[in-house]
Amino acid sequence: MLKQTEGSVAVAEAVALCRPEVVCAYPITPQTHIVEGVGALVKDGSLKNCEFINVESEFAALSVAIGASATGARSYTATASQGLLFMAEAVYNAAGLGLPIVMTIGNRAIGAPINIWNDHTDSMSMKDSGWIQLFAETNQEAVDLHIQAFRLAEELSCPVMVCMDGFILTHAYERIDVPTQDEVDAFLPPFEPVQVLDPDQPYSIGAMVGPEAYTEVRYLAHEKQLQALRVIPEIADVFKDVFGRETGGLIHPYHTDGADTVVVALGSVNGTIKDVIDNMRSNGTAIGSISICSFRPFPLEALAAALGGAKRVVVIEKSLAPGLGGIVASNVRMALGITATPVHTVIAGLGGRPITMATLTEVFEVAADGRLPDVQFLDLNHAAVEHEIVRARATRRSGPTAENVLRQLNPCRPAAKV
Amino acid sequence: MFQIRIHGRGGQGVVSAAEMLSIAAFREDRHAQAFPSFGSERMGAPVISFCRIDNHEIRLREPVQEPDALIIQDVTLLHSVDVFSGLKDDGYILINSARSFAALGINDFVSTFPRHHVCPVDATELALKHVKRPVPNAALLGGFAAISGQLKLASVEAAIREKFPGPIGEANVAAAREAYEIAAGA
Repeated sequence: MLKQTEGSVAVAEAVALCRPEVVCAYPITPQTHIVEGVGALVKDGSLKNCEFINVESEFAALSVAIGASATGARSYTATASQGLLFMAEAVYNAAGLGLPIVMTIGNRAIGAPINIWNDHTDSMSMKDSGWIQLFAETNQEAVDLHIQAFRLAEELSCPVMVCMDGFILTHAYERIDVPTQDEVDAFLPPFEPVQVLDPDQPYSIGAMVGPEAYTEVRYLAHEKQLQALRVIPEIADVFKDVFGRETGGLIHPYHTDGADTVVVALGSVNGTIKDVIDNMRSNGTAIGSISICSFRPFPLEALAAALGGAKRVVVIEKSLAPGLGGIVASNVRMALGITATPVHTVIAGLGGRPITMATLTEVFEVAADGRLPDVQFLDLNHAAVEHEIVRARATRRSGPTAENVLRQLNPCRPAAKV
Repeated sequence: MFQIRIHGRGGQGVVSAAEMLSIAAFREDRHAQAFPSFGSERMGAPVISFCRIDNHEIRLREPVQEPDALIIQDVTLLHSVDVFSGLKDDGYILINSARSFAALGINDFVSTFPRHHVCPVDATELALKHVKRPVPNAALLGGFAAISGQLKLASVEAAIREKFPGPIGEANVAAAREAYEIAAGA
């Protein structure tokens, strides 16, 4: 049914429509409304046969989901930011054990300095854990990807993270078509696990594996991700047949035909990028964009094909590999192989810094002129950075960086005693 | 596209106000997007929320920087936040205040806007009268419908009832109606 609702509430309804049997909940901003929403649906009886378990930490949330999934129960949890880091060991275990858990990430920055706002640092920290990572561009896509995620996870016996931008999507009210139970039931069959912990037929899951077989087990994890490159578009096709919407898949190209400059990004910023592309196209600039939906597995071939005609690629990314630059850009470079196409990294939107049409237009125009540096920080306050570098060099006991930058930008804050 | 920015403080229903505006627009078959900009998540801290209304899908995700309309739920923000930043020259201003623009010291600025685009409404008083709590958000939405002409009062009422079913919703609807009459007659 078409309704005007909050992204988190719609995702909670979509998760409930997937009939999870165990939902583990531990609150952290900006993911909290999602598990609260699922909890409300369990309490009012709309979601039946579901254990809603309040746990004591994120580590417990995913550990309980692992245990539940290993007994053959469809399992779900959600987290963000430090919560994802706190469950890191369990994240790797869920993938290594091949358990088809679905987890929402309400994408948020990671401290220090503490910051509750959106960027992709949290998901990026787990990009190589063996989970499939799907990024939603809109709340409609977030809803749809959750329904696809359970089918994908269970078909491959591989956990799936659905990543949606914190606040920008989780807290946004917009028009969303939340499917009916019949539609979801027609699309998502009951969970048929490939391994089940059963006291009547005991075996172990998670045995120690020595050097003689560890490489083979790891290879099979890689091979599973390669299979996902085939299965993700197939599931998106079936989804389109049932629900009539194009959603999911590996990548979403936008006006890439004949584009000299192609912008690549993950998540909700693609909406703003598309509006900029429309403006620049109407002014005669040959520019297009690609939204990467499946970041893991990384769609090397699909991207290489879509970027084949580009003279340059600009990656807008909400994460930073300090000491390197862009994480997504590094992956895109691999897709382009040995071609000479330049790939520029624009680090943007860190810790909730707004990404505006005005600054994107500016940076794309510079890129179209071939003047964009290799790594650029969108809207960086160069004066503030320079001031702190000079200050810290001049004084050995220069104090904490974050507090010093804040004091510089807000001179009325009381000075720390140094 | 019509863009609204709402300024208030944590606890005044700033975020709910933008959400209700988006629901009202949806009920008129329009596309709408509402979202918040939190500072510190606590009572009394400045909070901003946004609502965009358009006739087609809204893809833009940046904060509203050049609003067509401003709703200011708390006049104490006039001294600490640049609430008028980016407001369009022919924009709308609705302020929750018992005082006139002159008494608020902003008459020179406000008088540059079309006369029927600007209005103070004592929404806190209306909320105390109808809802028995100083939550001015729903009343201001009634005032907004009156001065902007963007939404029908009936859609705003339906949005309030959807967000707050039962007696609380009805009380807020009464506050919104009275604010509509005041703003329409101003």
